[in-house]
Amino acid sequence: MSVLPDNAPLQFRDPVLARSMAATLARLMRELDRPLAIMHVCGSHEQAIARFGLRSLLPKALDLIMGPGCPVCVTDVPEVDEGVLIAQQGARIATFGDMLKVPGTVQSLADAQAAGADIDIIYSPKQAVDIARNTTQQVVFFATGFETTAVATAAVILDDPPPNFSVLSAHKYIPPAMEIVAGMPESRIEGFLAAGHAATITGADVFEPFVARHRIPVVIAGFEPIDILAATVELVELILAGTPRVVNTFPRCVTAKGNLAAQEQLWRVFQTVEGRWRGIADIPDGNLRLRDEFAHVDARKRFTIDLPSLWDFAPPGLARQCICGDIMAGMRNPKDCSLFNKECVPENPIGACMVSNEGTCKIWHLYGGVPDLEVTA
Amino acid sequence: MCLGVPGRVIEVSEFTATVDFWGVRKDVSLMIVDEPVSPGDYILNHVGFAIRRIPPEAVEETLAMYDMLMAGDAADLMAVDVRGEIEGAS
Repeated sequence: MSVLPDNAPLQFRDPVLARSMAATLARLMRELDRPLAIMHVCGSHEQAIARFGLRSLLPKALDLIMGPGCPVCVTDVPEVDEGVLIAQQGARIATFGDMLKVPGTVQSLADAQAAGADIDIIYSPKQAVDIARNTTQQVVFFATGFETTAVATAAVILDDPPPNFSVLSAHKYIPPAMEIVAGMPESRIEGFLAAGHAATITGADVFEPFVARHRIPVVIAGFEPIDILAATVELVELILAGTPRVVNTFPRCVTAKGNLAAQEQLWRVFQTVEGRWRGIADIPDGNLRLRDEFAHVDARKRFTIDLPSLWDFAPPGLARQCICGDIMAGMRNPKDCSLFNKECVPENPIGACMVSNEGTCKIWHLYGGVPDLEVTA
Repeated sequence: MCLGVPGRVIEVSEFTATVDFWGVRKDVSLMIVDEPVSPGDYILNHVGFAIRRIPPEAVEETLAMYDMLMAGDAADLMAVDVRGEIEGAS
């Protein structure tokens, strides 16, 4: 279905505008006259797309795919193992709630907690510092998230945290991951929607080198359904015209240069290093690690982390069937997975994409990927 | 967790703002935001930090979706995310 029926039960702020955008997309795709795949890289975008049934408005030939946009999902198994090993040494781990069930090689943080480890769920890096201020125990902030969240971690590190506080950084940096996905030989992605709030920090210009290298347009999108539709129209127009460039359709939050004060703090504390994103690839410059000047708050320097001691155990059999990596690279979708909604459900996740509220599989489990308009009422 | 949550600034003291989120008052750090913030402004809070002052002309359209999420099903993934962001302020 490419155009909304007049009685469509969607909760758009401006349904007339939404209908006209859907009609524009239908016209553009008729002009293009071939299948087209575009990718977004943000769990919040996928939530909005699925919740508001946006895929049901898109022409059939237009495939809007979620890429590696869930920071918890791309946290690699050995990174979880590091957290588990530190917890087993008696330190308190403070982390975001989504991290608890993410499978490690042998244990998740939830398993470690059940075995007696101290794990605190927090909603801000400041809360991890507060916990450290009120105990003599070692407190480790197991830090996940993209650059938007890494900025907050940098700010608490620069704000003189107590000596028993340290950071285990699993922060990731999105632009290099877009490079990898775009460069995969089997990739059919012809355009990217970039996440508005990450770009709030880095600025729209951060995507210019990517566009120059890959000749693929990037459109920065807000989070309302109408914002996402508008950005999709812009992206398809750029592809149709063959004029790849960066377009910012979210100027109320994103500027060309971004938040310079935040960038200064981010890059003072962190440097990019190559690292594995779970199931996808080794991504040059994809991981954010503390610079040497901040070794005194780096949990990797403070604790002895003997990963090979864990790795005599073979991973459980079901995990080998998990296709999270292919899903995050945009090659397949959850419905291609034999485990999805069978062995793998949010209560008992096999793969990380079913764990996090931002994981494609959990979002599709809850809302459905391409819901009927009736179902979204 | 990329969504953030907007709130109205009640009071500012040095690097902290007291912010109202749908009737809940919380402290938000101003260490990251790159523009001056005053009472009456709206900011976007992410994990306890203001990452952006929302331009006055954009406040209404920004709030619309959040109003709907806050009034809707509390188990909705986006609503859970927004409530988590409010929890991130202290």
